[in-house]
Amino acid sequence: MILVLGGLWIGQNINLLPVDASVNAPIYDELFRVLFSIGTILFVGIVGLVVFSLVRFRRKAGQIGDGIALEGNLPLEIFWTAVPAIVVLFVGLFSYDIYERMGGMVPLGHGGHGDSQATEERVWGGIGTAGAMQASSEMLVPPLPVEVTAMQFAFLFHYPEGDIISGELHVPSGRPISLKMEAKDVIHAFWVPEFRLKQDIIPGQPTLLNFTPTRPGRYPVVCAELCGPYHGGMRSTVVVESADDYDAWFQANRKLPVSEA
Amino acid sequence: MTLTLPQQSKPPSLQPTGWLRYLSFSVDHKVIGLQYLVCGFAFYLIGGALAGAIRTELTSPVADFMPRDVYNQVLTLHGTVMIFLWIVPVVNGAFGNYLIPFYVGARDMAFPRLNAVAFWLIPPAGLLLITSYFITGAAQSGWTAYPPLSLTTPATGQIIWILSVLLLGGSSIFGGINFIATILKLRRPGLKLMQLPMYCWAMLGTSILVVLSTPVLAGTLILLSFDIVAHTGFFNPGMGGNVVVYQHLFWFYSHPAVYIMVLPAFGLVSEILPIHCRKPLFGYTTMVYSIMAIVVLGLVVWAHHMFTSGTPPWMRLFFTIATAFIAVPTGIKFFNWIATLWGGKISLNSAILFSCGFIVNFVLGGITGVALAQVPFDVHVHDTYFVVAHFHYIVYGGSVFVIFASVYHWFPKVTGRMLDENLGRFHFLLTFIGFNLCFAPQHWLGLNGMPRRVAEYDPQFAFVNQISSVGALLMALSTLPFLWNVIASARSGEIAGDNPWRALTPEWLTTSPPPVENWKGEPPLVTHPYGYGIPADQIDLKDASGSDLWSNGR
Amino acid sequence: MTSLSPQDQAVEIQEHHEESHPDHRMFGLATFLVADAMTFAGFFAAYLTFKAVNPLLPGAVYELELPLPTLNTILLLVSSATFHRAGVNLRRSDMQRCRRWLLLTAVLGLAFLVSQMVEYFTLPFGLTDNLYASTFYALTGFHGLHVTLGALMILIVWWQCRTPEGRVTADNHFPLEAAELYWHFVDGIWVVLFVILYLI
Ligand code: HEM
Ligand SMILES: [Cu+2]
Ligand SMILES: [Cu+2]
Repeated sequence: MILVLGGLWIGQNINLLPVDASVNAPIYDELFRVLFSIGTILFVGIVGLVVFSLVRFRRKAGQIGDGIALEGNLPLEIFWTAVPAIVVLFVGLFSYDIYERMGGMVPLGHGGHGDSQATEERVWGGIGTAGAMQASSEMLVPPLPVEVTAMQFAFLFHYPEGDIISGELHVPSGRPISLKMEAKDVIHAFWVPEFRLKQDIIPGQPTLLNFTPTRPGRYPVVCAELCGPYHGGMRSTVVVESADDYDAWFQANRKLPVSEA
Repeated sequence: MTLTLPQQSKPPSLQPTGWLRYLSFSVDHKVIGLQYLVCGFAFYLIGGALAGAIRTELTSPVADFMPRDVYNQVLTLHGTVMIFLWIVPVVNGAFGNYLIPFYVGARDMAFPRLNAVAFWLIPPAGLLLITSYFITGAAQSGWTAYPPLSLTTPATGQIIWILSVLLLGGSSIFGGINFIATILKLRRPGLKLMQLPMYCWAMLGTSILVVLSTPVLAGTLILLSFDIVAHTGFFNPGMGGNVVVYQHLFWFYSHPAVYIMVLPAFGLVSEILPIHCRKPLFGYTTMVYSIMAIVVLGLVVWAHHMFTSGTPPWMRLFFTIATAFIAVPTGIKFFNWIATLWGGKISLNSAILFSCGFIVNFVLGGITGVALAQVPFDVHVHDTYFVVAHFHYIVYGGSVFVIFASVYHWFPKVTGRMLDENLGRFHFLLTFIGFNLCFAPQHWLGLNGMPRRVAEYDPQFAFVNQISSVGALLMALSTLPFLWNVIASARSGEIAGDNPWRALTPEWLTTSPPPVENWKGEPPLVTHPYGYGIPADQIDLKDASGSDLWSNGR
Repeated sequence: MTSLSPQDQAVEIQEHHEESHPDHRMFGLATFLVADAMTFAGFFAAYLTFKAVNPLLPGAVYELELPLPTLNTILLLVSSATFHRAGVNLRRSDMQRCRRWLLLTAVLGLAFLVSQMVEYFTLPFGLTDNLYASTFYALTGFHGLHVTLGALMILIVWWQCRTPEGRVTADNHFPLEAAELYWHFVDGIWVVLFVILYLI
């Protein structure tokens, strides 16, 4: 009991993650806390049993003779088959629910890209496809499309609405963003730890990633798939700013007049 | 139908004796087992040196210790050497060859020649791999060799890598066939399957995995080499190929490969614990079933390595469930081991310490594994140091700890001399602390944004990386007392006698070291390999405490 | 290191070799064939996945004619039957017939290889033309390698049973049986390959 309570308490109070900066990050953190609680309980429990057995049942100096001849105990074994099964089932269902809320189960091809009639090519979904938008309060705001190109060893961000090409990803806080990502040479991955999101960028098959940033700030964009010697240096920045700041940036950089979104 | 095999009637004088036979094409399973062990350990030292280079580079956030492409070569070599030249050959080849014929009551493996061939594929393959670094530059695309990266990095190094992995895969398949035939066909008359020591079951399961999955890796690497040499486009998106298909095929082997590395370790622990606890192995039957369940499930979970590769949702769901369920049979084994400890008379020697270190480490690795199996969790930490921490808890904290435990346990059998226990406990302490210091902080690194396989990183992670490197240094130092212990004890350790642990399994029922062909007379028939302990109703009540009785289910 | 003197060991080995072993080589071969089948399974899986998700690039040619491969299928199936006859005759110690059937099997196998080469040279695409072309050649080539090895094995066995005192006799039929099992395996793979590559 103490173990369970202690585990829950640690799980709820542990803070091992960076700040959360997108709609699905708090959902993720909820999952993390649950997993951490269960993990702590199991780990401390099992290690406790091992250490206790080692101390309690150790052979004292000069002692000979055997332990008890206990070859098994069916009810006990059924019990500890059932417990992990139930835990695993619970974790599975819970994470499925989390996944659903993050938008992972939405069928592919429902991405935010307006030009979907033109997509004869195979588009592969990442997490957060469309779902992140439903979760956000601004459900009616159309997502902001951005095209990401990854190459050795940089990310390029292209805003079709203003024909802007940028080395940094600027996004307005609170508006759903829809990334369509393509790789020029080898596999890369787009990862923003503060968003808790990652998607491989695969040459030959564009991938989608949707999310809604919530917390203004500058966060790293990290390449998370070995892509060559400078893989460690392949980083960029995502700038989450207020709608006004974003607008100012957009107007200052755009090359095309835009029909108001 | 019986007949005398012609190839075995070679006059024995052709087989060298004395220490020279360890360098020869010996067909004696014990010689081959030791060949695997020593050769594997040599490669472990090389792989360890490479790890040292990696950790040195990572003490500072900039790439200053070696050029970046060299870093990737070192990284690739480290992974390949540790997996294919150290853990797989040692937990399978070394202990399998030494112990399995004893356990089934045979005088050798089913195919002794094939066995020697399987071993002798390893040194050339390993040397090929290592020398490629000096001659042409080694492969740079990690042990996973994902295309298109592996198609665009320098071709010679990659081709040599493929060649050497193919050789090692071949060796592994030959070994697997031999183990299956030995366990199923060479059992001494009267010995039933359900009377075999647990390690036999583990090796049977492992060998099934080897035979079913390694050929797929071989085929895949052949296609990859076509892409490099003949400019076909299987995995080349520029020519209409598909890189994700490679990942599926690769992981179809490489997830089972992780069980190829850990199932034998499970088996070895199941042998060590009962002897030093003086108790029967708890739950023999459930242990057997859980091994088989792990084999079956292990074949259908591979795509959990590909949750961010654009796999469709149904696939992610299926592989999450399948993966999470592996935790159930694995859990059964752990609880059974703890129940084996419970109520025993445990000698706290090095073998037991390393075995219990294994339990502790593996439980942590298993817990992070189940977490990683959850797609939403994995999407954040995939390809980060969190994964590095997970699998090192499993392969180092699990398999390598068990290898050490096994060396302490079987050294008296192999050499006839005891290892020094104090040095052994010191070795354990140093390894356990160093290991946890090195890898526990890496969980945090991954969660907070440090990707894996990088030579340079965000300076905010410098301090934690330095802690990790200190841990690595401790681990490196911990091999010194071990090496000293092994060498000194082999020469002048305390004489062990035939059966210093008072064990019941057949390898202890002969001389130490055992004679060629294992027993002087008939092989013993051991139907209760774990028949230790005093029946509960004969236990001296003065000694028994409430918990003893409770654990008996009363 | 060892408590036994070398002489002791030598004595032991000799003693032991007077015992006889049951022969497990067929079992070993069967296990190996399972492994080999998995290699093919990997190739088939790759081919089918490519076909399902990677459309042909524009301009790519991928057409297969049926007559020649059908002939090939028949050749191999018949050769399985002739090999079986050879085995039956060996067990009857009829070496003459056994050798004749073996030779016929080898000829059928070689005919298969020739006809496969003819197909290769008449196909409208080459190894590196497109994904399917590459997969086609990889699969048929890997299978062709197996047929070549099998044909060689048959010829060796044929040579070894040329006299009743030869290596392969009714008492020592392992080489023939091994080659036969292998040959049936290669034929079976061809049938699967034929269905997947040509019919689907
Ligand atoms: C409780 C059972 C286990 C589960 C549920 C589990 C789950 C996972 C998952 C989901 C990943 C993918 C992480 C990622 O790349 O994002 C992973 C990676 C890995 N696991 Fe496990 N695992 C388990 C046990 C093992 C065992 C027994 C071993 C080895 C003996 C092992 C070795 C590895 C390795 C080597 C990797 C990383 C491969 C790479 O990317 O290079 N795991 N594991
Ligand atoms: Cu990268
Ligand atoms: Cu896996």
